[in-house]
Amino acid sequence: MALNWFKFASPATFYPIAGRLIPVFWILTLLLLAIGLYWGFFETASQLGGSNPQKEYYRIIFIHVPSAWMSMWLYIVMVAWAAIGLIFNTRLSFMMANAVAPTGAIFTFLALWTGAFWGRPSWGTYWDWDPRLTSELVLFFMYIGYMALHSAIDDTRRADRASALLAIVGLIMVPVIFWSINCPDPNQCAALHQRSNLTRIDGNILFSMLTMTLAFWMYSFATTFMRLRGIILTREAENTWVQDLLNARGRT
Amino acid sequence: MKARKKRLAFVGLAVIGVAAASTLALTALKGNISYFFSPSQVIANEAPQDHVFRLGGLVTEGTLRREGDGLTVRFDVTDNAETVKVAYEGILPDLFSEGKGVVARGKLGPDGVFYAEEVLAKHDEEYMPPEVASTLKTAHAEGVAESATQTSGAPN
Repeated sequence: MALNWFKFASPATFYPIAGRLIPVFWILTLLLLAIGLYWGFFETASQLGGSNPQKEYYRIIFIHVPSAWMSMWLYIVMVAWAAIGLIFNTRLSFMMANAVAPTGAIFTFLALWTGAFWGRPSWGTYWDWDPRLTSELVLFFMYIGYMALHSAIDDTRRADRASALLAIVGLIMVPVIFWSINCPDPNQCAALHQRSNLTRIDGNILFSMLTMTLAFWMYSFATTFMRLRGIILTREAENTWVQDLLNARGRT
Repeated sequence: MKARKKRLAFVGLAVIGVAAASTLALTALKGNISYFFSPSQVIANEAPQDHVFRLGGLVTEGTLRREGDGLTVRFDVTDNAETVKVAYEGILPDLFSEGKGVVARGKLGPDGVFYAEEVLAKHDEEYMPPEVASTLKTAHAEGVAESATQTSGAPN
């Protein structure tokens, strides 16, 4: 193997790389957000037809669906880093899991919040204990629980391992959320929330939705790396390379 | 190296355990998610008596009517097999219409009428502008005509 991957697992190596990547991800975020929002507001129908005749308010889909996807995807990412941390005992993996959690929690909250504001005009209620809504709420609590457990334990290495285990156990929620509405037999999915089927979405709406998803993904990279740099500096504060960095900053 | 393999096995077992638990939970839930009861279940007395529960199904075409007081609405909810009469006093949601999905929360009266406290409208996963949807609808209607002999169960 020519490339030594473990080199990137060192916080000292990854700190400057993350620093250089952050502006790139921010530019991509803004660009994709602009395209996605423009397309969503001006290139899509203001009234839906057929079996789902929603008015303007259906446009919440451009925020709601991407944040719901990211809430599940970021949980998988967080668990993956936590598992890698447990197996290889790499400090950076745990830091990565730590840095992903708040962004994932924000997207889960956004999905629930926009869902409430969408549910009021379309279904007639802000909230109902529907399987999909309830399981997404539990995912939100999993993120909160992960962060709370981590900050409740003073010894960082213990906190890393304990919260990583909690995150792995919480992984159960991801398939539950998915199958809460997409079970193979539609007659058994008694839910208020509609099923998901990308082939039954108009091309313009789908394009905007996917662009917004990419924008949210890039945003996740940007914020995670920013948070990661903060975590690296705090945890490695005693190391010489951080001291050198701070001294170099102080001189200029 | 040995310790790392041990930890890998440990994490792997944890993930497998969680996967097994979720599979079991999902299969157990399959028959028991009673978010709402279908009209067939209500007619078969499977729904709780004297308790608040949710009734889900389609609003039968041509059954929606308002009482003289201008507040109470009455309509039938069907799953294409059985039908339950519903009475509701309040504002209906925007997407409520005949032939569409509905979830009503309330109690079954002694007269067999479901007295709803809350009526929610369901919508499906189709997001199409009106003109595209109408062309799809004719195609869909043709498909339905073909499979008309195979009657379906409860709506999704």
